[in-house]
Amino acid sequence: MALTPQDIARVANLARLELRPDETERTLHQLNGFFALVEQMQAVDTDGVEPLAHPAALLGEVALRLREDIASEPNQREASQVSAPAVERGLFLVPKVIE
Amino acid sequence: MSNTTKSLLVHGYEVVIGFETHTQLTTQSKLFSRAPVAFGAEPNTQASAVDFALPGALPVMNKGAVQRAIEFGLAVNAHIAEKSIFARKNYFYPDLPKGYQISQFEIPVVQGGVVEFFLDGEKKSVRLVRAHLEEDAGKSLHEDFIGMSGIDLNRAGTPLLEIVTEPDMRSTAEAVAYAKELHKIVTWIGICDGNMQEGSFRCDANVSVRKPGAPLGTRREIKNLNSFKFMQQAMDYEVRWQIEQIEDGHAIQQATVLFDPDTGETRSMRSKEDAADYRYFPDPDLPPLVIGRDWVERTRAEMSELPRVMAARFVADYGLSEYDAGQLTQSKAVAAYFEAVAAASKQPKLASNWVMGELSRRLNTEEKSIDASSVSAGQLASLISRIADGTISNNAARQVFDALWNGEGQDVDALIEAKGLKQMSDTSELEKIIDEVLAANAKNVEEVRTGNAKAFNALVGQAMKASKGKANPAQVNTLLKQKLA
Amino acid sequence: MSQQDLHALGVAELAARLAAGSVSSVEVTQHFLSRIQQHNSLGAFLATNPDASLAQARAADARLAAGERTPLLGVPLAHKDVFVTRDFPTTAGSRMLENYRSPFDATVVRQLGSAGMVTLGKLNCDEFAMGSGNENSAYQPVQNPWDSSRVPGGSSGGSAAAVAARLVPAATGTDTGGSIRQPASLTGITGIKPTYGRCSRYGMVAFASSLDQAGPMARSALDCALLLSAMAGPDLDRDSTSLDLPAVDYATDLIAASAQQTGTKPLKGLRIGLPTQFFGAGCAPDVLAAVRGALAEFEKLGATLVDVSLPLTELSIPVYYVIAPAEASSNLSRFDGVRYGHRAAHYTDLTDMYKKSRSEGFGDEATRRIMIGTYVLSHGYYDAYYLKAQKIRRLIAQDFQTAFTQCDVIAGPVSPTVAWKIGEKSADPVASYLADIYTLSSSLAGLPGMSVPAGFGAGGLPVGLQLIGNYFKEAQLLGAAHQFQLATDWHQKAPGTAT
Repeated sequence: MALTPQDIARVANLARLELRPDETERTLHQLNGFFALVEQMQAVDTDGVEPLAHPAALLGEVALRLREDIASEPNQREASQVSAPAVERGLFLVPKVIE
Repeated sequence: MSNTTKSLLVHGYEVVIGFETHTQLTTQSKLFSRAPVAFGAEPNTQASAVDFALPGALPVMNKGAVQRAIEFGLAVNAHIAEKSIFARKNYFYPDLPKGYQISQFEIPVVQGGVVEFFLDGEKKSVRLVRAHLEEDAGKSLHEDFIGMSGIDLNRAGTPLLEIVTEPDMRSTAEAVAYAKELHKIVTWIGICDGNMQEGSFRCDANVSVRKPGAPLGTRREIKNLNSFKFMQQAMDYEVRWQIEQIEDGHAIQQATVLFDPDTGETRSMRSKEDAADYRYFPDPDLPPLVIGRDWVERTRAEMSELPRVMAARFVADYGLSEYDAGQLTQSKAVAAYFEAVAAASKQPKLASNWVMGELSRRLNTEEKSIDASSVSAGQLASLISRIADGTISNNAARQVFDALWNGEGQDVDALIEAKGLKQMSDTSELEKIIDEVLAANAKNVEEVRTGNAKAFNALVGQAMKASKGKANPAQVNTLLKQKLA
Repeated sequence: MSQQDLHALGVAELAARLAAGSVSSVEVTQHFLSRIQQHNSLGAFLATNPDASLAQARAADARLAAGERTPLLGVPLAHKDVFVTRDFPTTAGSRMLENYRSPFDATVVRQLGSAGMVTLGKLNCDEFAMGSGNENSAYQPVQNPWDSSRVPGGSSGGSAAAVAARLVPAATGTDTGGSIRQPASLTGITGIKPTYGRCSRYGMVAFASSLDQAGPMARSALDCALLLSAMAGPDLDRDSTSLDLPAVDYATDLIAASAQQTGTKPLKGLRIGLPTQFFGAGCAPDVLAAVRGALAEFEKLGATLVDVSLPLTELSIPVYYVIAPAEASSNLSRFDGVRYGHRAAHYTDLTDMYKKSRSEGFGDEATRRIMIGTYVLSHGYYDAYYLKAQKIRRLIAQDFQTAFTQCDVIAGPVSPTVAWKIGEKSADPVASYLADIYTLSSSLAGLPGMSVPAGFGAGGLPVGLQLIGNYFKEAQLLGAAHQFQLATDWHQKAPGTAT
């Protein structure tokens, strides 16, 4: 299952990453090596096996805990925006979002 | 599957519509955070670490949101999943702080269901595919910033129930009727406040066309329709546009479009490359949502009567038509008002006519809800009783209603007296008037005797006029017939 | 009490001195702060804040003066820089979070703080906990105190080096695929990764959500037990994956066990399973020798050794390296330059801002893992990669359950080799994934695992013995390790830097 430069470009775009041409080359090579390793998984028979999304699920049914519907979080804008790159009148500024 | 009658075709094309509706739930706190949910607060003052997606923040599920999902599922006769999964929908957008939305993908909490309503007297049935819980995104504000947008995350994390239909609708009118019925259901059961201007109820319409019998056409999605008026306009435009494209030999490309109310047109949004690859996977921060049958049954038992059930009861107990019953169950408030009037007056049909007729007209003109009605249920019930017992005619009743509405008085009987609207109840006085009319209209009498109905009605009119409208028209009819026999 | 000796003491001993009043928390704190300064070249610390530390120390002294005597009161520690802290910046070893200040403390930090521990600073680590040598830190590599030209292991490399060099008596680490156990092994200290869900993940910068676990790193099982008692416990309000199991006092039992030496066979009845796959050609002979030596000690203490099999051991590598990057690729999407973190100085539009900010902020390994993760989740590949890996994960977990029918704990090496030279492995990063083979499978299963100093290998470099327990068996692991440490002194050996 060899990756192509187009795959790299597509994945980089999905992940909002920018790779220089030499990086793309290197990444392609490294990922192809990696996926050769990953191919080993196909040899394992997993018919009828449920995925194990939560380790504790092996012990029995794990259920999502539900909290009471109470609004207890106070306004914490200032402390939360202390590391913000660009803020004006309480809003995070970004380059214009075009629909 | 509803049948397509020839009359629904547009230029020979069948219209196929499916809806996705995002309803904001009426919880106090957000879906996965304890920040408050309320419209209109200062930017970013209703957001916790979870909503800002700060490093290390984690989601914790709101029971109230699950409760509301169960209520909705019961209201539409759907299956409530015993186990459903939250999945991450991954994409980048500034109003999506985590870079993914927590939603439900393969296994939603509500599965199936049906929404029934009337369209031009015909009963329609739209099947639901599913309804699932997901978090809302924040907002981007563009107006005050040049070349920049301001991001407000107050709305980020608000619980949504996304309700998806099968592509069962065959006209834009049907689609709007569906949307109105769905709006009624969610506001009736109280899971959503239905405030479309504030964005509590947002519809996306998936529209396609095809020649009857052909496979489904490519659909385009009209996003964020939040007024019934614009919904109709937008879909009508889109249908015409698609047909024109096809007739011109162009294939329809799948696209997301926005409706511009100023131009009345739909236009394609800037294409989001790779937009479709959301890389859904079960959220490892959230174990499966388990809903036991006892929770569902408890909810079922505690829910107030649903509109469909109440409408059926109105038909059975009050002898109303299905259509009328549907109208009267448009909201809990209207239904309660109607039942109060019907119970007090013991005249359900009259009550139905007056609530749906005169009262409704007034409320619409003045853009008032029934809770703000200037005529109370008790007053209307009294008025109707006076019609039923013959004290006043319908015409007179309208005058009394006017007076009540305008605050001229509070008491029905007092107003009847004051305006002298009592129908003539004394038969002898009426007989005297009729005799006078017959005497003065000998020619008409001759006509009537030859079977001329118009002449008869003219005599009735004369009698009414002579009585200054106080005669009971039914009595006039009866007496005239007697005297002319 | 000589100031010089303070750093020779472990957590338990320091706590005792503080309780006895022979030293104050302020004095202890100042002592360690100056040691940290002295040994800056190790690269273990990314941030200190003496004012904040001393304020905490004074508060601890006040509690001591008021008569409080709790096991950790006044004892200093440092936190791996993936735990968010209000008093110190949190970088997760990345330029993406340079100078980031969290408005809240991680639950684990809060709990240790409530117990009266004093935070000395934030410890260096591989960027976003991705790596096995601390060479992926965006700031500086960390030196192994035993040999400054070598790695301390990773991703909790700073934590391990700081404890080994006696710059702190204890540290917190996180373990996703071995990141507590492996650096502990390479630096000759003790570390434990508890059962998944034992410690809260709230406030831990997320790498792989279904694998990440916090754990203590210190110089003895007893010290680890003391810290774990305060770190573990349910966090029902903030972490949906936190297990609803009451907090456990791990230390009292150990102390009681020491006191109760009934004979020379305190571990009689303990069956130790040795997976054949852990003792094959893939492991360096010097490591195996040290491990076997340690196991011989366990036998002397009464334990029985049995052969077991974990057939899917090799497959744990692709399975882990599909699942962990997949989850990470999603967890790291929040680093977009919008609300915090690095934003590029120059960009043309929104998409360009995202791409430049992220590419500038992330290092090579983080970028690589995001790419892998994005790929295995993408349309058309999800079933063959992510879903397939999660299925094999269940089989791996079931393998352990089968093995546990024949034994009580599983033992083997932690790392196939001793510490390697800084820079040695950077040419082929994927090759370094292979070295995680002994720790990945227990992480995938969510089982608790420890590394215990077991001796030395080539070049006089430390070798750790791994102990893996069944779910919730942290006490059993700590108990066995503790008995081993009562009978041996590998854990007391210190590198030159430590004097």
